[in-house]
Amino acid sequence: MNWHSLGEFVAMGGYAPYVWGSVAMTAACLVGEVLALQARRRAILTLIAALRVPPAKGRA
Amino acid sequence: MSSSPKIAAPGLLPGRVNWLKYAAPQAFYPVAGRLVPWFVAAALALGSAGLAVGFLVAPTDRQQGDAYRIIFLHVPAAWLSMVIYVAMAFWSALSLVLNTRLSAMMARALAPTGALFTFLALWTGALWGRPTWGAWWVWDARLTSELLLLFLYVGFMALQSSIDDPVRGDKAGAVIALVGSINVPVIYFSVQWWNTLHQGASISLRAAPTMATTMLTGMLLTTLALWAYAAAVVLVRLRAIILERERGAAWVAALTDVAEGVR
Repeated sequence: MNWHSLGEFVAMGGYAPYVWGSVAMTAACLVGEVLALQARRRAILTLIAALRVPPAKGRA
Repeated sequence: MSSSPKIAAPGLLPGRVNWLKYAAPQAFYPVAGRLVPWFVAAALALGSAGLAVGFLVAPTDRQQGDAYRIIFLHVPAAWLSMVIYVAMAFWSALSLVLNTRLSAMMARALAPTGALFTFLALWTGALWGRPTWGAWWVWDARLTSELLLLFLYVGFMALQSSIDDPVRGDKAGAVIALVGSINVPVIYFSVQWWNTLHQGASISLRAAPTMATTMLTGMLLTTLALWAYAAAVVLVRLRAIILERERGAAWVAALTDVAEGVR
């Protein structure tokens, strides 16, 4: 372990904006991609459900 | 094993599996769905381990201080940006040669994630370049060819989305992907071919690693994590593309996840 305190860890030896800026953008992009994909999947599933013929009585 | 019965379970004898069967979107859709949770689990486990090693265990660099820790995101993102492009070009070539629908869908599914990693490689590179080189951006070979990679991804996606006929869109995109693949070796070897501020390859198969073992371990772990993440999101996107394309098909209407997914 390199760090003696949480403050030291956050400060990243004076490079906090660069290091945490990289981490934050990476996290934001990955989370954003996952959310966008979930929305895309929900949208197509909703569309398919709407396209479905309503189950008639004799339909298996 | 020649005496073994022919009815052996598929999958236990790889030579007997009819892999072409999975070239059908209908056959691959459930397979992709079963793979996703494993890739998600691998991404989470490897990512936590990699970040713990990179941010807690690995020592501070003597020359770059803690700014070097950007490497644990930058190098994996840059590698993946190239690997995904190569995969996209491979599936594009297959779709042109064999005319397989699933290959073209795979190429489409790879592009947004590849573009995302290219952007992240550029973003983290800028944040690393500023404290170490004194510049956010320089127009040198490595950075410029990586920027070109981003434009290739964006061009591929824009072209495909501008063509309404999916099959024609697939073909046009495949041509762009193949022509653009010449850029990948240019990116990779740019640090050798031209004078550049960018440091050389971090690891090489021919030379002993120049990094501390913990740094290398952290970088390999986050690389594998992003690799697993990419596999998971690409498969999820592929499944969405399959449904979008085949929404009129009877097998899609019969899917149980339609009811489950809408809820």
